[in-house]
Amino acid sequence: MITELEKFKGFSAKNLPKEEVLAPGHRACQGCGEVLALRMVMKALGKDVIVCNATGCMEIITSPFPQTSWQVPWIHIAFENAASVASGIESARKVLMRKGRIPKRHVDILAVGGDGATGDIGLNWISGAMERGHDFLYVCLDNEAYMNTGVQRSGCTPYGAMTTTSPPGKKSFGQVTWKKNIPAIMAAHEIPYVATASPAYFLDLMNKVKKAALVEGPAYVHIYSPCPTGWGSAGERSVEFAKLAVETRIFPLYEVIEGRYVISRKITKPKPVADYFKGQRRFRHLSEEHLSFIQAKVDEEYARLVKLAEAT
Amino acid sequence: MAQIDAIVGWKDLPFGCHVYEPGSTAKFRTGDWRSQRPVLDKEKCIKCGMCWVFCPDMCYSQTEEGYFEANMEYCKGCGICAHECPKDAITMVPEED
Amino acid sequence: MGKRVGIEVSIAIADAVKLARADVIAAYPITPQTHIVEHLSEIVANGELDAEFITVESEHAAMSCCCGSSAAGARTYTATSSQGLALMSEILYHPGPMRLPIVMTVANRALAAPISIWNDHQDIMAQRDIGWIQTFAENGQEAVDLTLHAFRVAEDRKVSLPMIVNIDGFTLSHVIEPIVIPDQEEVDAYLPAFKPRVRLDVKKPVTMGPVGIPEVYTEAKMAHNEAIKASKRVILQGWKEFAEIFGREYNPVETYRSEDAEVLLVTMGSISETAMSAVDAMRDKGASVGLVRIRLWRPFPGPEFRKAAGKASVLAVIDRCLPPGAVCGPVGAELRSLFYKMPGAPKIFSFVAGLGGRDVTVERFEEIVDKARAYAKKRPTELYEVIGVREI
Repeated sequence: MITELEKFKGFSAKNLPKEEVLAPGHRACQGCGEVLALRMVMKALGKDVIVCNATGCMEIITSPFPQTSWQVPWIHIAFENAASVASGIESARKVLMRKGRIPKRHVDILAVGGDGATGDIGLNWISGAMERGHDFLYVCLDNEAYMNTGVQRSGCTPYGAMTTTSPPGKKSFGQVTWKKNIPAIMAAHEIPYVATASPAYFLDLMNKVKKAALVEGPAYVHIYSPCPTGWGSAGERSVEFAKLAVETRIFPLYEVIEGRYVISRKITKPKPVADYFKGQRRFRHLSEEHLSFIQAKVDEEYARLVKLAEAT
Repeated sequence: MAQIDAIVGWKDLPFGCHVYEPGSTAKFRTGDWRSQRPVLDKEKCIKCGMCWVFCPDMCYSQTEEGYFEANMEYCKGCGICAHECPKDAITMVPEED
Repeated sequence: MGKRVGIEVSIAIADAVKLARADVIAAYPITPQTHIVEHLSEIVANGELDAEFITVESEHAAMSCCCGSSAAGARTYTATSSQGLALMSEILYHPGPMRLPIVMTVANRALAAPISIWNDHQDIMAQRDIGWIQTFAENGQEAVDLTLHAFRVAEDRKVSLPMIVNIDGFTLSHVIEPIVIPDQEEVDAYLPAFKPRVRLDVKKPVTMGPVGIPEVYTEAKMAHNEAIKASKRVILQGWKEFAEIFGREYNPVETYRSEDAEVLLVTMGSISETAMSAVDAMRDKGASVGLVRIRLWRPFPGPEFRKAAGKASVLAVIDRCLPPGAVCGPVGAELRSLFYKMPGAPKIFSFVAGLGGRDVTVERFEEIVDKARAYAKKRPTELYEVIGVREI
């Protein structure tokens, strides 16, 4: 049992921090679900945090020189290496505190990146940082493609989705691969805390982020982040899609605490996956056969998750 | 506009090209992007704050009477607040030119 | 006064990093840099240096960790070579403009393909324009002294720029030499504690690495470039103070028997020692030959070099790098630009030698000088020549 988590009472609708860590005036698209998730992450963490941002939408929209949306120390170096930069900061603080050169004070170190920065180009860097056991949390804001460069497919793009590099055509139906399971890869590092979250369930999201910060050692939170621009969905429906993804079991919410799988929200009466696909242009071309295949695979994966939760 | 602030000579660039004023995007009015605005029907509002919780642009703040009010300086008119309002108390109304 | 010991140069460099009281070391093993970081790990493991040693998973991660560490206000060191330096490349461009004073030793080695673990300067020349201050050491003592100097200069608040000390892989890194290892008190007197101008601190939030729109990018590059140029004053001051404390003098360029020489060899790094022997041999035969060695490569010490070149009529510039399809090697190109259309400028001939561990012997230097002399009389058909390549 992780003692740091025992004391944590959790956020509730009544005690939500009023303070915003991210300032308005950022340049995110209308209805951006990613910046909404980031806002919730930062609300959960408060101001005692140093942020290492991977290159991507969140980096671009919050740091247009000479302005910044950040009200906490923030650094951006490159696309793939936020976890390494965080490692360096964590090590530096450790030794500087030990030597009495900076005040002894716990500060959370957050590395944050999109699905491309996390699951594709940065996987090595994150794996290294997790394996070395730095005390930091990594948050992946997964909007399921390279949105910042113009919606190209990533390893986290869902099966069948249309992107600019997985276009449906005479010989293709969009993305041909199943979404890469990054939380499982992180859990395989046997780090103390891994979780998935969705901004539609904001209290669950904030609690998980806070827990990830509280545990000693590396922690990982994978957050589903709707992107109206990249998905071809209505901006006003971002939170709705974040909810539907959970209700259809497409994006189940769970924690892996010291290797033990805990489903945060059991979906006993799932909505059909087709409900989630409606209203997203990226899935518009899919046939009934595709939908049946996806439905079967989603059911199978959820059943596996339930078994994992039972077995661990 | 931020872009105008950036036009300084190289000697006046801050050390390391860092930004030393936290939260300074607040000077940038993203409200210009808006084509529709949220209008609250106080009769229907139960002050639950979901509009505040789900606003991606940190527009909403609570007034003394407990209502949540969107700051039109920043509101991009995405409509999430109206869509998520459990009482349908918010309506998106087109901006006039 | 320090202690003179017979010691492998890599070990001595690690000792210098210890004496500099580095806070964070992030490094990945690559031949021929390994002995430096192995010894540093040992020093940290034995509690002789209170530092965090981050055993990263790649050189790219090493430099990324260094950026984070330096931004958090720690004295930060790493070492690499060749393919490792190439893998770091993307991140090497960040600490300059962001003013993060990381210190790095590069044990210079050839780049693949074909893969070669042996010495030349192709690795660092491929990273010529990363915007770090760069020096080249000739021998072990210099490698130690330049390492201490690097921390002193890089972290100076007027400079605040990253710095590389280049040492030739194997031919310098792995040799045992008599080296004076300075006393801790002397080093402490020379090298004050690192007090960064800005650090990542929750009490005073700063945004590092924002987006540079076209209205800003040129000015940001200019600010970095001017900082590199302005660093020369501190570099010289750092050497002046070094001489006062340690009694060893260093200059941006060094000369050997150059005063009245008609032909000057121009070298960088450890081959300069052989070049000096070659100068002696040629002088014995009555030839008017001398040597200019470049120690400070970036910022390039133009006035110092012109002064050192004096009235020589011919420069025979040796590059340990062959940039395919280029007009000539990088040092040759630098010097041709430096002297372009200057009244009384020497004729400059470019030679490429010592690639991938190929020895540059005294005889080769003699050959280079002979060729330079001949070319001064009759213009060569090529803009540079590869020395010691088999044509049959």
